Amino acid sequence: MSTGAAATPAGEPLRRVRRLEPAALAGVMSRDVVIFGRYWKATTFSSVMQPTIYLLAFGLGFGTLVKTIGHIKTVQYIGTGTVATAVLFSSAFPGMFNTFVRWQFQRTYDAMLAAPVDVEELITAEVLWIALRAGVYGLAPLVVAMAFGLQPEAGMLLVPLIGFLTGFGFAAFGVLIAAVAKTIDNFNYVTSAVLTPMFLVAGTFFPVSTLPDGVRTVAQFNPLYHCVQLVRDASLGGLGSADLGHAGVLLGFALLMWRLAIWRLGKRLID
Amino acid sequence: MGAREHSPHPEPSAELALLGAGACRHRVSAMSVADSDGASPAAGEGAISLRKVVKRFGHIVAVDGLDLEVQSGVCFGLLGPNGAGKSTTMRMLTAQTLADSGEIAVLGYELPRESKQARMEMGVVPQLDNLDVELTCRQILTVFARLYRVPGAQRAAAVEKALELANLKGRADTIVRELSGGMRRRLLVARGLIHRPRLVLLDEPTVGLDPQVRQELWTLIDALRVEGVTVLMSTHYIEEAERLADVVAVMSHGRIVAQDAPARLVKAYAGERVLEVYGPPARLAEASEHAARRGWQSRRSGPALAIMRAETLDGDAPEGVLRPANLEDAFVALTGEEIE
Repeated sequence: MSTGAAATPAGEPLRRVRRLEPAALAGVMSRDVVIFGRYWKATTFSSVMQPTIYLLAFGLGFGTLVKTIGHIKTVQYIGTGTVATAVLFSSAFPGMFNTFVRWQFQRTYDAMLAAPVDVEELITAEVLWIALRAGVYGLAPLVVAMAFGLQPEAGMLLVPLIGFLTGFGFAAFGVLIAAVAKTIDNFNYVTSAVLTPMFLVAGTFFPVSTLPDGVRTVAQFNPLYHCVQLVRDASLGGLGSADLGHAGVLLGFALLMWRLAIWRLGKRLID
Repeated sequence: MGAREHSPHPEPSAELALLGAGACRHRVSAMSVADSDGASPAAGEGAISLRKVVKRFGHIVAVDGLDLEVQSGVCFGLLGPNGAGKSTTMRMLTAQTLADSGEIAVLGYELPRESKQARMEMGVVPQLDNLDVELTCRQILTVFARLYRVPGAQRAAAVEKALELANLKGRADTIVRELSGGMRRRLLVARGLIHRPRLVLLDEPTVGLDPQVRQELWTLIDALRVEGVTVLMSTHYIEEAERLADVVAVMSHGRIVAQDAPARLVKAYAGERVLEVYGPPARLAEASEHAARRGWQSRRSGPALAIMRAETLDGDAPEGVLRPANLEDAFVALTGEEIE
């Protein structure tokens, strides 16, 4: 809480509007924390199950045929690739669905905006929370992969940060989609036409270099590709200067999506 | 922090528990009001001021050059039929709807620029239930205590007080989905009062509620009024406005058409008594024509024809039943519209 932040020592309120007040962000996030308290078991279960299934399927099926993918052991490749898919799904989906439900069906956002919280704070807090969660749950595939033989590496400590940054961008992307969607069914278009190709053409399960030139160029614009590269380099001890570029793309994506989400949803929340 | 630190409140009395148990006007001391000590930006000012405010949605003009002044410490009723612009007006006061033109000030803050500061010191009870159905009463109140910047050390006490106020102590840990409609509405009120605001906006506070729950809410609203909290309440229930409001503004087509104490509005626009003429349609039509010829103001009221200002009629008046004029008569005389 920013005690006294809105008052001068004389006790008179400051008339200047402060942006992104920590107290407002904490208030909005406190609601997310309470809700998470009800659902953490299901969320944790699915975030552990999903990479387990991927690793089993690829490890037992595909892995018996292919020992390495692009000079990397299959378990290392798939294990690090699923970090990115875990981050994508645990951020883009809540970004879309939670936003739409809370805004349109439960009118939670209307209630919060009647309190001293503005649109920028509301959306930032929601996206921050999803990003924090994505950062933590992004670690689950690595832990699972370790059970399948992935070697621990100091660089893996950076994975929550990478997950947070990527999750922030995709959560804000989800909010943006929710802001422009007419109905909740519209999300199907985004899931099948945007997210699915995005998660496949990112070097998650096979290298982008195997793809045709055109597609390979498109992959460069896929933020998830940069997330995969960063996670892989950090987890397999191969961090280099190229990773600054990957981090830069993720940061740019996050900032762009954040501002676009605030702009678009703001236009619809405040009429 | 918000208004609470620079405007000391008297401690609520032990009579809190009486709330919701029935009318106890002028005894209940549930919510405290800001005793303006000069530091408050609204000291000596009106609580709400709208000047020439216009709001359009496409081709529809929802609010059409609205002028409205609400003084501190009054319970102000905004009475009008559905579509009169009441909800739009309410939303503009929290800057959730932005006016196309005109000036709005709330608690001395200029909107929309300073709306966040204004919202720190006001509570809002919306028309539509927007409670988190999966949270418990206590969780909802705690989240909103944070949003309203109630300091950490006082938060638990504020939540307890609000639960008590809404008569929900026994249901503190029940999730909202399992509450009755009346309980949910009381929780909505408690949520808007968690930070002990100086101004409370109630948008159709009892719409769709059964009579008993309505009475409970009226008791709550009355308690606020007695405490001196400024209340702006929109309603399309005549009785609600008549019972609770110190001042009623009649709103029609996005404007205020008249504003005064309910009794004075009645006197000014419907006189003291109304003559109700009953009979078959032919007789009512005849009486209506007769009234028109004589220049008497009349309207159809259910099965009867109601002639206003019966005290001024001469011996030529048709036979009928005299009753005191009420706010509904004044409302219809003012707007030409029937209302519930």
